[in-house]
Amino acid sequence: MAVCIAVIAKENYPLYIRSVPSQNELKFHYTVHTSLDVVEEKISAVGKAMADQRELYLGLLYPTEDYKVYGYVTNSKVKFVIVVDSSNTSLRDNEIRSMFRKLHNSFTDVMCNPFYNPGDPIQSKAFDGMVSGMMVQVS
Amino acid sequence: MESLTLSDVEQKYYSDLFIYCDTDNTKKVASNGKVLDLFRAAQLPSDVVLQITELCGATRLGHFGRSQFYIALKLIAIAQSGLPLRVESLNTVKDLPLPRFVVAKNEQETRHTAMYPDSENQGPYSGVIPRPPGRGQAKKIPLSHEVIQSVVPAADPQPDTTSPVVSPHQSPPTSPHAWRKHTRQASGGNADRQPVVGNVWPHFREAQAGPVAVDGMWSGHSPPPVQESWVSFTDTPPSSTLPTMHPASIQESATIRTSVPSAATNEIQRQTSGYDDPWKITDEQRQYYINQFKTIQPDLTGFIPGSAAKEFFTKSKLPILELSHIWELSDFDKDGALTLDEFCAAFHLVVARKNGYELPEKLPESLMPKLIDLDDSAEVPEPALDVGYSGSPVEVTSNKSPSMPSLNQNWPELNQSNEQWETFSERSSSSQTLTQFDSNIAPADPDTAIVHPVPIRMTPSKIHMQEMELKRAGSDHTHPTSPLLAKPPELSEESKLAATIKFPGNTVGDGYSSSDSFTSDQEPMASVVTRQRSHSGTSPEGLKVVAPPPPPPRPHASHSRSSSLDMNRNFAAVTSAGQQQPGVVAFPPAVPPRPQPTQAAGPHGHRPVEGDSLPVHCSTSPQQIPEQPNFADFSQFQAFADQPAEDAEKHSETAQAEKAGDVAGPLRTAKSDGQSEERAAATVNSAKGSTGPLAPPPKPVRRRLKSEDELRPEAEEHPPKSNVITAVLTTQPSIPRSVGKDKKAIQASIRRNKETNTVLARLNSELQQQLKDLLEERISLEVQLEQLRPFSHL
Repeated sequence: MAVCIAVIAKENYPLYIRSVPSQNELKFHYTVHTSLDVVEEKISAVGKAMADQRELYLGLLYPTEDYKVYGYVTNSKVKFVIVVDSSNTSLRDNEIRSMFRKLHNSFTDVMCNPFYNPGDPIQSKAFDGMVSGMMVQVS
Repeated sequence: MESLTLSDVEQKYYSDLFIYCDTDNTKKVASNGKVLDLFRAAQLPSDVVLQITELCGATRLGHFGRSQFYIALKLIAIAQSGLPLRVESLNTVKDLPLPRFVVAKNEQETRHTAMYPDSENQGPYSGVIPRPPGRGQAKKIPLSHEVIQSVVPAADPQPDTTSPVVSPHQSPPTSPHAWRKHTRQASGGNADRQPVVGNVWPHFREAQAGPVAVDGMWSGHSPPPVQESWVSFTDTPPSSTLPTMHPASIQESATIRTSVPSAATNEIQRQTSGYDDPWKITDEQRQYYINQFKTIQPDLTGFIPGSAAKEFFTKSKLPILELSHIWELSDFDKDGALTLDEFCAAFHLVVARKNGYELPEKLPESLMPKLIDLDDSAEVPEPALDVGYSGSPVEVTSNKSPSMPSLNQNWPELNQSNEQWETFSERSSSSQTLTQFDSNIAPADPDTAIVHPVPIRMTPSKIHMQEMELKRAGSDHTHPTSPLLAKPPELSEESKLAATIKFPGNTVGDGYSSSDSFTSDQEPMASVVTRQRSHSGTSPEGLKVVAPPPPPPRPHASHSRSSSLDMNRNFAAVTSAGQQQPGVVAFPPAVPPRPQPTQAAGPHGHRPVEGDSLPVHCSTSPQQIPEQPNFADFSQFQAFADQPAEDAEKHSETAQAEKAGDVAGPLRTAKSDGQSEERAAATVNSAKGSTGPLAPPPKPVRRRLKSEDELRPEAEEHPPKSNVITAVLTTQPSIPRSVGKDKKAIQASIRRNKETNTVLARLNSELQQQLKDLLEERISLEVQLEQLRPFSHL
């Protein structure tokens, strides 16, 4: 049950960003942007190690008093960032991993679409639907 | 007759009509019947028709020549436009609209007949066709009121070659152009199309020969034009359908339609009413798709790579976003390539979209790969096309959703649908919660497990109970303490302590190891005990481990152990006493050590009075014996005690231990045997027997406790406790050995066992405390030793 989900391209511009509360979106955008620094730090920490040795799931990037930010990076340096609410019953690590796995799969499907140009914003309805399923249900 | 000047259009139109009326094929005279029908179709009042006929001179001639016919037609046009019928007006009226002939009944008939082959060929897809949303109103237009439009008579029947050129030119012109626009790498598609179009044209020519062929032509025409309409890859309105018809319509006025869309609408309505699945692909369409597929990928079982498909579909001029959506829907297995089925589905969706239909959110059932040709069993009734369209595919999909799982199964591709994948992952995520272990739980330390009391069956079965009672009964006669008694005197204060601890441990261990009547639960205990020889602290543990009552000794006809000699001897001895019974269960060796420490402690503490100590001890033992029922009957043991005690003194510790164990075993066995027969030591025996099943384990503990008590006078509280225990135990009635199935007996024994449990638990805690004290003592002693041994081992 994420509050905000973002897909960042290799060049660190967003391909897809969506948050649940329609208001205050800018705050989440800022959060995601700052989390990129942590992501960079983590993926560069591996150093000489090959990419496959580095795990795709980065884990908790950093927590704030309101929410926690989790990161995941693909082998092509596309980053997924999930922001979850801290007040939410602490989601287990496995659940976060499964969310990232779903994101990755859907992203792969989007990539396979020949009509999608890498670097374009993601406009796939299937991807949207999948992300909606993962977002917090706001009544 | 006035000369009649006709415009070219009129000329053509009239000539067509003349030919239509020229049933005799004379090219000169129009048959009266046909002409009159035609005039009637003009929807003019009959008197006007009469007037026209008169004016044109047919009345005079009696027949309609060409000129008369033309004049009549002109007059009809004049009349229809509301002008008075004047011969003069024939030429004066300019810009006269062509005479309109209402579709008569026979047109409907012909249309019906034409429809049927149409419907057969087209299937429900025609309903899908070219029907932009705005055309739903066309439904209301009654067929009978379609009016021939001026656009229709574009065909010139006279030049046979020209009319086909003209008429098709309007309609399929979109198609060939479309094809050219839709150029592909191979022009095979165009080639395919054009012959089809070409095939239409001969039909046109033939149709001009006579109206009879109209029906055939109609049916012949309808599929190709329809096809052409939906295959057009341009955005031109689907006007291609009906203009092709108009040659036929010219010859048969009934077939003339007003506008293509409306006719198409009618056709569509007719089609859709018959078929409920708007997404179904007809055979022709399918064939067409296959042909298109071949142009890209000759192998029908192969794939079209994404890039090629992208180029192909980009030609359709749909927005990229929609193409992307179509791709998402149609690439079923998400492999970035299109199989034939996927390609057909994508093509179908593109065509639909081009014709104005909204793309569904999910792939419709009929477009699923491998399922396109299947008939939908659950037909969704087709409501108003426009409104219902977007709903019906969804309805279809929802109807099919129950079968979708089965479809998914049919489709073996991995990740064949997002939903399944996602549900799977969701399922797995939920199951992951189940698999989350609390890593805090430390695995049980195997060593610690040894220390933990090993659960032993506490609710013995009936037979178990019998055996335990047997054992209890027989325990009086055997008392293994005598050998043990001899041992402690040899030990020093400290080592005695250790030895006494060790010795019972030894004996216990040996007893355990040699016992074959113990349950497997006790074997680990035994092994532990044997391991922990030198550690004073461990023996109590080992003994403690023994705390749970062992199973009752199993009945053996004769003692089978290596020490059976002694056992047998004892048996014999006991039997000689007449108190023994063969088949006594082998007594748990736990028993031996218990009396031994006590007895040993006794003699040890009173070494000089060894001889007396024994009786003294034995005298005390009866005291203690009640505390530890199931112990050897000291009174009886006393007789043996002297001899074994002396022997024990001479022997080594281990030997004595073994012997003590052996003796204890047989003694105990003998005791148990004897109890049933003899109640000499009834009270003691009963006390012992009642707690038989439980006593053996506690005995060593208790005995040691006794020894320690004697060694350290501060353990005064133990005897009181023991007395309490004794009291508890004595209260337990003895159980006759014979009856095993007596419920009361069992219940009583259960009660006793429970009481013994509590007693043992208390004892356990006491022993724990003792252990602690001993350990402290040992540590202090070792420190002293270190101090006393100065730097000897620098």
